[in-house]
Amino acid sequence: MEMGVKEQDIVDSALQGSRRDLSRLLTLIESGFEPNLSLQESWTIGVTGPPGAGKSSLIGNFVDYWSSRGDKVAVLAVDPSSPKSGGALLGDRMRMASADSGDSVFVRSLATRNHPGGLSAYISTMIDCLAACGWNRIVIETVGSGQSDYRIAAFADRILLVDGPDRGDIVQAEKAGIIELADIIVVNKSDLEGSEQAAEAITSSLSMDTSPPSVHLVCSHDGTGIEELIHDIENCVPESRSGLRARERLISAWDSRLLNHPELIRVIELLETGRITLEDAIREITLSEG
Amino acid sequence: MKVIVAKPGLDGHDRGAKVIARALRDGGHEVVYTGLRKTPEEIVRATMDEDAAALGLSTLSGAHDVLIPAICEGLIKEDLGRTVVFAGGIIPASDRDALHNLGVRAIFGPGTSTSEILDFLNEVSSRKKSGESVGVGESSEWRWE
Ligand SMILES: Nc1nc2c(ncn2[C@@H]2O[C@H](COP(=O)(O)OP(=O)(O)OP(=O)(O)O)[C@@H](O)[C@H]2O)c(=O)[nH]1
Ligand SMILES: [Mg+2]
Repeated sequence: MEMGVKEQDIVDSALQGSRRDLSRLLTLIESGFEPNLSLQESWTIGVTGPPGAGKSSLIGNFVDYWSSRGDKVAVLAVDPSSPKSGGALLGDRMRMASADSGDSVFVRSLATRNHPGGLSAYISTMIDCLAACGWNRIVIETVGSGQSDYRIAAFADRILLVDGPDRGDIVQAEKAGIIELADIIVVNKSDLEGSEQAAEAITSSLSMDTSPPSVHLVCSHDGTGIEELIHDIENCVPESRSGLRARERLISAWDSRLLNHPELIRVIELLETGRITLEDAIREITLSEG
Repeated sequence: MKVIVAKPGLDGHDRGAKVIARALRDGGHEVVYTGLRKTPEEIVRATMDEDAAALGLSTLSGAHDVLIPAICEGLIKEDLGRTVVFAGGIIPASDRDALHNLGVRAIFGPGTSTSEILDFLNEVSSRKKSGESVGVGESSEWRWE
């Protein structure tokens, strides 16, 4: 698509309420376009946790609840791209029963596309656009299978960490540092055996914290515990994560500079064959910058 | 390419749709699967929200003669006429011309190999690159055969 006038038309039309053009605008942002928007107030929540914990099913419950109360709910659901084929299976939408249900729900699936530094670079721009277009509850789903995936959640004001009954997975979250970021922890699938023990184990492992996140036991299939959870979310006072976000932006910009550096392959070869040291390699790359 | 795989109609089997979704992923496409029992309106809305370049419709239930036309018309009405539409499943030969005339660019029978669908999408890409308009609401006469 040609740059310039056409893009501004799409931005204007999206701001005037065209869903079609909001959607096209998100595509443009995904390929690097940065719209000029005034600073936006937004309401955001990041939902993360191990694969299959029930994040999408849970978000489906939130969507129903909020949209039936007059809110406009937008979901950005992120799934990993396959490093081998570059393709992606974006399966979150399928688990959100009400994803296609009406004017007050907007669900967009995104692949990480192996962007250096993850999707982080674009998520905050997308959030600004959605907020500017009147979406007053913005939910971001990211699978917590790696550090950079968890990190996308840092762009939300509230973070919900979802786990299933086998607590083992949350150890991963502890390693990635996400548990410190979580405002609320959810143990989903309360209908399954082991979920109560999992919730207890998590609560007790957090008991040393000065202000531990609350732990909720819910079932997204039958709705048990969902209303209490939503009340907790609505009353959650978001922490300022501006420092963390600035850090994420810097890391992602740094990564992409490095990975797009014209000398990268040559320097890796030199390093591989032992002709230079790691220190030399770093110097080589920072000096030949430009 | 971003592709939506959808299953209009009431039948409850989606093994085929899932196999196709996975094969397209392995072929390098970003695939959104909508799940079972979607109405034409829901499929059009999902195509809009996802800004998908292509929409694959899988039908077993003989839904093609009502639901596929409703989807094609819905896309055009919502200014999504650039979406490339293809269909798969059990569609009698006598109904195919009507679907092609609606702008469906390819119809794959039950035995089709997934690599043929990938070939189709590659062909779509190269035609689009050379400026040909092969969306459901666009003028090209081309169809995959
Ligand atoms: N028993 C039970 N199963 C559930 C519950 N919630 C979700 N599931 C099932 O768990 C599986 C995964 O659910 P999703 O909502 O797709 O989980 P997810 O965390 O979004 O998964 P990814 O996005 O793939 O990481 C599905 O088969 C759901 O039906 C629940 O409350 N109880
Ligand atoms: Mg999910």
